[in-house]
Amino acid sequence: MSGPNTQFDPKQVAALDGQAIEDMVQQAIDAIAGATSLSELKEVRLAHAGDRAPLALANREIGALAPAAKAEAGKRVGFARSRIKEALDARQDVLERERDIKVLLDEAVDVTVPVPGLPVGGRHPLTTLMERICDVFVAMGYDVAEGPEVEAEWINFDALNVPPDHPARTMQDTFYVEGSDSGIVLRTQTSPIQIRAMLEHPLPIYVVAPGRVFRTDELDATHTPVFHQVEGLAVDRNLTMADLKGTLDHFAAEMFGQGIVTRLRPSYFPFTEPSAELDVQCFVCRGDSVGNPDRPCRTCGSEGWIEWGGCGMVNPRVLAAVGIDSSQYRGFAFGMGIERTLMFRNGVTDMRDMVEGDLRFTAAFGLES
Amino acid sequence: MRAPVSWLRELVSIPADQDGRRIADALVRAGLEVETVETVGDGIEGELRIGRVESVEELSGFKKPIRWCQVHDGRAVRGIICGARNFSIGDLVVVALPGTTLPGGFTIGKRETYGHVSDGMLCSERELGLGDAHDGIITLEEGIASPGDDATSVLGIGDQILDIAVTPDRGYALSMRGLARELAIAYGVPFVDPGQVEADLPAPSAVRALVECSSDDMSACQLFTIRTIAVFDPSAPSPAWLQRRLQSCGMRPISLAVDVTNYVMLELGQPLHAFDANKLQGGIHVRRARHGERLTTLDHVERTLDIEDLVLADDRGVIGLAGTMGGLETEIDEHTRDIALEAAYFDDVVVARMARRHKLSSEASRRFERGVDRELAPYASARAAQLLLEFGGGIHVGLTGVEAPITTSAIGIDVLEPARIGGLDIAPEQAIALWQAVGCSVDGSEGLVQVLPPSWRPDLTDGVDLVEEVLRLVGYDQLPSTLPQSPAGHGLSAAQRARQLAGTILSARGAVEVLNYPFVADQELDDLRIHPDSIRRSRVKLANPMSEQQPWLRADLMPGLIAAARRNLSRGAQDMHVFEIGIVFQGSAAPISDRPSVEHRPDAATWTVLNESLPAQPLMAGGLMVGDLQLPGWWGEAKRYTWIDAVAAVESVAEGLGVTLTRTSASEDGFHPGRCAQFMHGALVIGVAGELHPGVLSAVSLPERACAWQINLSALIELAQQVRPAPALSTQPVAKEDVALLVPVAVPAADVAAALARGAGPLLESVRLFDVYRGPQVPEGLRSLAFALRFRALDRTLEASETALARQSAVDRAIKECGAQLRA
Repeated sequence: MSGPNTQFDPKQVAALDGQAIEDMVQQAIDAIAGATSLSELKEVRLAHAGDRAPLALANREIGALAPAAKAEAGKRVGFARSRIKEALDARQDVLERERDIKVLLDEAVDVTVPVPGLPVGGRHPLTTLMERICDVFVAMGYDVAEGPEVEAEWINFDALNVPPDHPARTMQDTFYVEGSDSGIVLRTQTSPIQIRAMLEHPLPIYVVAPGRVFRTDELDATHTPVFHQVEGLAVDRNLTMADLKGTLDHFAAEMFGQGIVTRLRPSYFPFTEPSAELDVQCFVCRGDSVGNPDRPCRTCGSEGWIEWGGCGMVNPRVLAAVGIDSSQYRGFAFGMGIERTLMFRNGVTDMRDMVEGDLRFTAAFGLES
Repeated sequence: MRAPVSWLRELVSIPADQDGRRIADALVRAGLEVETVETVGDGIEGELRIGRVESVEELSGFKKPIRWCQVHDGRAVRGIICGARNFSIGDLVVVALPGTTLPGGFTIGKRETYGHVSDGMLCSERELGLGDAHDGIITLEEGIASPGDDATSVLGIGDQILDIAVTPDRGYALSMRGLARELAIAYGVPFVDPGQVEADLPAPSAVRALVECSSDDMSACQLFTIRTIAVFDPSAPSPAWLQRRLQSCGMRPISLAVDVTNYVMLELGQPLHAFDANKLQGGIHVRRARHGERLTTLDHVERTLDIEDLVLADDRGVIGLAGTMGGLETEIDEHTRDIALEAAYFDDVVVARMARRHKLSSEASRRFERGVDRELAPYASARAAQLLLEFGGGIHVGLTGVEAPITTSAIGIDVLEPARIGGLDIAPEQAIALWQAVGCSVDGSEGLVQVLPPSWRPDLTDGVDLVEEVLRLVGYDQLPSTLPQSPAGHGLSAAQRARQLAGTILSARGAVEVLNYPFVADQELDDLRIHPDSIRRSRVKLANPMSEQQPWLRADLMPGLIAAARRNLSRGAQDMHVFEIGIVFQGSAAPISDRPSVEHRPDAATWTVLNESLPAQPLMAGGLMVGDLQLPGWWGEAKRYTWIDAVAAVESVAEGLGVTLTRTSASEDGFHPGRCAQFMHGALVIGVAGELHPGVLSAVSLPERACAWQINLSALIELAQQVRPAPALSTQPVAKEDVALLVPVAVPAADVAAALARGAGPLLESVRLFDVYRGPQVPEGLRSLAFALRFRALDRTLEASETALARQSAVDRAIKECGAQLRA
């Protein structure tokens, strides 16, 4: 630049001076950083990147420069404008994100208010407990057997070796269907399902049979004329009472926890011989409460054992009545009350709670027991 | 059966360290259910002393007569106030000294009362917890104690009493003799059977005639004996120890003659009866009752006898029910000097039937029903006579009797059978020793042996009975725990899975399961307006219902659901959907007259008859909805349960089981005639749902607009597809067309939708009613139904012309079949 350049307007050249451009950029960047909302940023964009912005004006001056200076000035202005655009875009992103967050915050609700869903339903715990029991036996290869509630007296009693004059047949216990000596009763036990299973299923037989049974007891805290039992029956070659014990031990462990076992006490039932009362080890104290007054157990009354049901080896007279050769086959059977099981398992204290259909009782169990 | 430990110890040498609780454990292990172990006078602490009443001063001026007594307690004379009047000067009484605590925690103090300082208390049985008697204090027989003695041993305080529930097979355990034998086995100590010891009696003396006896039914009465005792002292009291034992066993002392018969029954298990010989006319004859005969028994009940009854009769008529209860007329009384003592063996079934027929369960009948020792009667008779003569004087006149031959049969059993059935090792010698211990004689020592049960074990008839004897005495706690190898199973049946699914679907929809009694009253069915011919009307009636009002078995779930809903309403619930899945009883039961043999399998025809005699017992599901489905709240208004929810309950179950049902309007009994739907599969009615009739709701006191539904679940499960085919899914675009039709009001919307679907052809994917309108723009008698149709092909995008054609075809069909017009 040694001589005067008369072809160009010398006062315009100042705007393309490096320092001046740097000042414009700095002003723009300061303004961008100072914009606190998208609308402010819009104004900043207009002022510093719009058609009337200082850099845009400066850009127009490039044409007036000497050809040798044009390229350098153009490069310098272009770089300045891209820096401003980057800053604008970055700020735009930040402000948009801030706006989005604010919108979502404004839309917040109290998620703890009660919501109007469907009412809370529930299956009866006796039903789900019977299903749970069946599940345990199905896993052992048993089938679930069923039978009618109004049953032939012959099936409910005679075939089970309960002779006509047995005390269990008295009018005090059994509901009889009207009609002079109709021979039809409301089943007093699930055991008639054993007879049906043995007459209708091929050998060997492994069945579990839940169901509703009836006895003429008045309803009170521990009795109900309509209640539920579950019955198990196995008929196979070479079955032993040890097999019965093992099956019951497995059942008890599945229902009440690993390691819980059963105890058999000699007893009498017409349809089994030998017969036994069945106790289950207390799953709450596991016997620790016995003789230990400092740690009483409400579940077992500090006995260590809970009376659960009855069992035994199927009486050969029963096998005879259904035509099974007792020299080839032996059976074992067991049964227990579902109400009783629910009482000690789930802490139900009054039989009436299970009978009266109070919504609060059943709903508390949901879909499982 | 109540058994005092002190009495058991007299019969068998139980180790001294065994208290009542441990003796009970031993019996439980042997199969006798000991329900309680009581301690006599439990709670007494401090001194009870025998005293003698030296003087009695009657105090007056109080509300009741009071006595001021001077009692010598062996060391000093005490002044004691007493309200009882059953004693006199010189009597031996029981004195509770000050400081002594009685059962119930009452401590005696030296205190001023009725103007004197009472220095102790004269005790009654009840105050000491010994019995119920409280109408006077205890007075003791002279000679059994002296003033100053400790009264606890005299009164048996501290003795323990086992209360044992005897199962029907163990009649022998209804006696001290039978229990003592079990304890001898349990403790491995020797046992001398008191039932086989011949009592020492004076030689018969013919001071009067023997009371003769005979029997004309030697199978029902295989043994009958009468022992005659003369010039007995009717005023002689029973000794105190005997009275106390009777009381411990729960029996009331009455008179020496009666007490002795009861005592020997408890001791040996043989029921005995004492007649006043002088009230008899001729001898005693055992026979069946005759038509119209009557007897007033000892319990003062006049009974009309049945010709099946086995009775004892003299020349005038019936004097007792065999093995059950004697007659009042020939009863022993305070003047009886000549006694005819009966000891007999009656058939268990004959006695059981008679006791049941007359609703008369006595100590005697309980024993005969469970089987009395066939050979015991003469021993027991002699034992009773010995006691009568010892304490009541009198002369032994002698015994007469009739007896059928004794039949015995041995049981053949493999000596290893108990081990095989038990699944554990039991040596042949051990099995044989245990059979011998219960009284059997055994012929043989290995392989098949012959075991002859003793006369007191009529329950031992089969090989398995002998197996049980061995296993129970070895101990069930010795059984190993093994699992049988069961075959591969089948899992739940389709019907069982479907039933569980139905319950899950309903409860997931907010319904709560209830399990109602199946007992129904006529009134409940009338309230529900169930027509006498309806299948929902009960036809199976109970002979002995819990309540005379509810003799019927349900054929319908509604009455139980209504009762459950009302119970919940009465407990403050307002909104509910209760449901039940359960069996109902449809049609009637046919009496079964022929009972098949139990000796062999019933043949197919017999089995069919048995089953067909029973009523049909389908599984039903039903529900009842009351109040609000959704409560009002911050979200808005309440939503009541309506017929829509009842319909949805049925359809959700059907859809869950994969069954499509068609819904038509219906007028089922008890439902609102305009708001009741029935669900059909072909011509088969599967269910019903709707609002209950307002009249029914008011009759059963349920809130208005309550809704209900019911499904024949058995029928629905039959229809459920076992394997459901997968659908073909089209990925082509869907074409949507809406159609608005004007249809006569009486035409069901479902019919219009069906007509559209039939007309639209195979391209139709779905048809959905989305608007129903009646109003100004619709002519009277018509309504506007707007349907959304969706069309789609499996293999191509539909052309607009194809869709338009299908739509037109659908509309044409609705116009033709339902009288519809396309709405402009």
